[in-house]
Amino acid sequence: MSLGTPEHDTQEPVQHPSREHSRRQFLTYLVAAPTLAVAARIGADGLAPGTAQAVVPSLPAPAEVLDLGDALILAAAPTANLIVVTVDDAGRVGLALPRAEVGQGITTAVGMLLADELDVPLDQVDVTLADARPELVFNQLTGGSNTIRSVYGPVRAAAAQARARLLAAAAARWGTAPSVLTVSGGVVSGPGGRTATYAELSAAAADPGLAVVVATPKPPSAARLVGTPTNRVDARRMVTGQMDYTLDLDVVPGALPTMVRRPPSINGTVRSVQNLAAVKAMPGVVDVVTVATGVAVLAETFGQALAGKEALQVTWGPGTVDGESNATIQQKLRAATLPFAVPPLLTTTVDAEFDFAMVSHAPMETNSAIADVRRDRAEIWSGLKSPIVAQQTIAAELGLPQSAVTVHVTQGGGSFGRRLFFDAALEAARISKAAGKPVKLMWSRIDDMRHGRARAASFHRIRATVAAGQVLTFEHRVASGETDTRHGLGEILTSVAASLPVGGNLSFAQTIFLTTVHSPYQLGVTTHLLNEVPLQMHTGSWRSVYSANTRGAEEVLMDEIAAKLGKDPVAFRREFLKSDRFRAVLDKVATEGQWGRSLPRGTAQGIGFHAEYKSCTACLVEVDATDPRRPRVTRATIAADVGRPINPRGLESQLLGGLTDAIGTTFRAGLHIDAGLPLEGSYSQFHYTRQADSPRDARVFILPATGEPGGAGELGVPAAVGAVANAYARATGTKPRSFPIEFPVDFTPFPR
Amino acid sequence: MPNYTFQLNGETVTVDAPADLPLLWALRDKLGVTGPKYGCGIDVCKACTSHLDGAAINPCVTPTADVAGREVTTIEGLAGTWSDDPDELHPVQEAWLEQDVAQCGYCQPGQIMAAVALLRRTSNPTDADIDAIENVCRCGSYVRIREAIKAAAARM
Ligand code: FES
Ligand code: FES
Repeated sequence: MSLGTPEHDTQEPVQHPSREHSRRQFLTYLVAAPTLAVAARIGADGLAPGTAQAVVPSLPAPAEVLDLGDALILAAAPTANLIVVTVDDAGRVGLALPRAEVGQGITTAVGMLLADELDVPLDQVDVTLADARPELVFNQLTGGSNTIRSVYGPVRAAAAQARARLLAAAAARWGTAPSVLTVSGGVVSGPGGRTATYAELSAAAADPGLAVVVATPKPPSAARLVGTPTNRVDARRMVTGQMDYTLDLDVVPGALPTMVRRPPSINGTVRSVQNLAAVKAMPGVVDVVTVATGVAVLAETFGQALAGKEALQVTWGPGTVDGESNATIQQKLRAATLPFAVPPLLTTTVDAEFDFAMVSHAPMETNSAIADVRRDRAEIWSGLKSPIVAQQTIAAELGLPQSAVTVHVTQGGGSFGRRLFFDAALEAARISKAAGKPVKLMWSRIDDMRHGRARAASFHRIRATVAAGQVLTFEHRVASGETDTRHGLGEILTSVAASLPVGGNLSFAQTIFLTTVHSPYQLGVTTHLLNEVPLQMHTGSWRSVYSANTRGAEEVLMDEIAAKLGKDPVAFRREFLKSDRFRAVLDKVATEGQWGRSLPRGTAQGIGFHAEYKSCTACLVEVDATDPRRPRVTRATIAADVGRPINPRGLESQLLGGLTDAIGTTFRAGLHIDAGLPLEGSYSQFHYTRQADSPRDARVFILPATGEPGGAGELGVPAAVGAVANAYARATGTKPRSFPIEFPVDFTPFPR
Repeated sequence: MPNYTFQLNGETVTVDAPADLPLLWALRDKLGVTGPKYGCGIDVCKACTSHLDGAAINPCVTPTADVAGREVTTIEGLAGTWSDDPDELHPVQEAWLEQDVAQCGYCQPGQIMAAVALLRRTSNPTDADIDAIENVCRCGSYVRIREAIKAAAARM
């Protein structure tokens, strides 16, 4: 396929995103192909509308001017024209989405955009996941809650142009003007009752000689599906067991089930294997090879690979954090915390310190990949949110040209940030090369928790100064273990870092921190500073990156400031929130959740608010802490304004998922590092939320559209962390300072 | 290696496997039945939940030898236990679609099989009965799982 002549070109120089500019500019292409294939480009300046409007006159925080999602969108803009919409000779609409589906429902939402724009039913649309496409450069990364925000424009532009071509083809066939034609259900109708289906028109519509005017996407008022609660397009496959995750695929004949024996501490090395011959002789074991991360056992079944890996006797070299435990990490973080500018004054300051333990991403599907590495080429399958970086790294590792490595993106069984990295894909490639055989690699759950990625531990020191019913200063110092961003996110940010209204030599982590964290309240002079402690552990962005801890802690402090000022937590937030849009979601939960209703002793309400990626949400929960060791959220009310909800039903799921994350990580789910390794290796030890911890009564309210789509995949966590912690504080009369709150080692750790 | 013959989703199958090979791997790696998922291998996460003679089991800790001569049902065969029409789903699966429960979907075969087993034990489960389902959903679809179980109970 090659790009054809632009049908229309209104390209102007890329403008600074802060310049008022909401007009969309389209550049569409006809892609030479047997079926109709239209690509669209949208000017970078039109991609982040709302950016300029979001600026609050008084000293906006960087994230309010340019948030992480904006940065990713701007970085993706030059290649957005390579998003291609097709209509084939069966009338089916297709799009290979350069993003990862890991449960967030983006294939459904993008399908809805296409269905509306092209006037076809949703079941006539196929949204698949694109292989790694290096020509997309920065436009194939799933993160920063940016999928809908970044593809909303280009997908609709390409679809609108495809529709215009189909109409032009029908008009040419019937000798009429396109303007008299109508489309419904993928059928074009013209004068005299003539009809033609997209299937019949697609070939003619692909004719480069066809005269076509430029189409612009429909106005939001013409939406049919968009904005309407819609069930997932892939749900039937999921409930019948037909959805194929990586290890369900039967794509490489003879690919061997493979598991890896890993070191007793993080980043430990293999010195020697004592019983290689004995393990190779075990039933079903086919091969045993040593790679950088451990010793791999290839077998006929995973059961036998697991038995082989457990039987291995390995002498290990030390790891990189063998001396570290939760206590030593906490000490290092405290020591690294940057100082406040304002001195403490007992009468007027509210001070607090918070500790957050490491938290595993722990997606249900453990790290997994299929790799078929040959002498001159390699093919990889894995759930990947940064497949281009994966492809480049694997090619370099194997000594192959990038073009000889094909990387397929498979549907992932959850991610929460984990699949920004490609640990399993790289390891599978190494094993396949070493063994000279194709492999299906699966990490055990124990390894996934102990050697997989996790949210770094963090320490927070917050100080607010209050006087005369006002908050004069608000300072937040965060010290965190290093959050690994070497998946290429850094590269993206580099390309737009100059747009940040902050000078200096920011590290990528600080850039992410500053592009995601800001206070939604008017708290006078507000500063957020991050300092990271380089600990050589396996970390990675965890749903909402820094915000779950940073904003969660701030929401706890907001209650304490309110108390200091003698104000009700909701009334206080109402007064200090920066916009009416924010107040609307707060009011919604206060009303629907019956803020202030009387509750039995030991049970209390708590409130939390959060704004990011041009969206905002409030969460009101009730916690029954009659047994303070086993508190339970009994009722939850959530409201969100995401600018323009594409699929409110999917959005509800995302918000309920965020609430579930908050319940787990606030009450009981965390990792205990001990001698350089997490002790947790099972959901029976890492106490993620179960049904018995989940509210029996939960309601979500999606506010009507107010503008362009904001990000929503991570939005729900920080507000819910605040709400859950605040409800617990009120129910127990305590001030939670260390999370998770209930965090004993209440299990016998598995052997290392 | 010994052979084990059992009923799998309405058909007779024979698998050549060591006696102690967990059924999960006989199903997935030898028989190509991939609906039951691995999530822990030690009877904690319940992602592999399937049925043995109609009751919930966890194939990750069930030796293949134990199912010889018995009837194993995985998510793929669930609809067939309800209706002979290949297009018809089990009412619990229908409820799952109506409530739009699944997010990543990875835990859902196990969740559905656990819910069906619960509804076989009690046709009108209480909230406490539903709370007793231990299957992990890392995406946090619990609220909709609860609604779907109640909807399915009402429908059955
Ligand atoms: S895989 Fe069987 S219970 Fe977890
Ligand atoms: S839907 Fe993803 S784990 Fe349950």
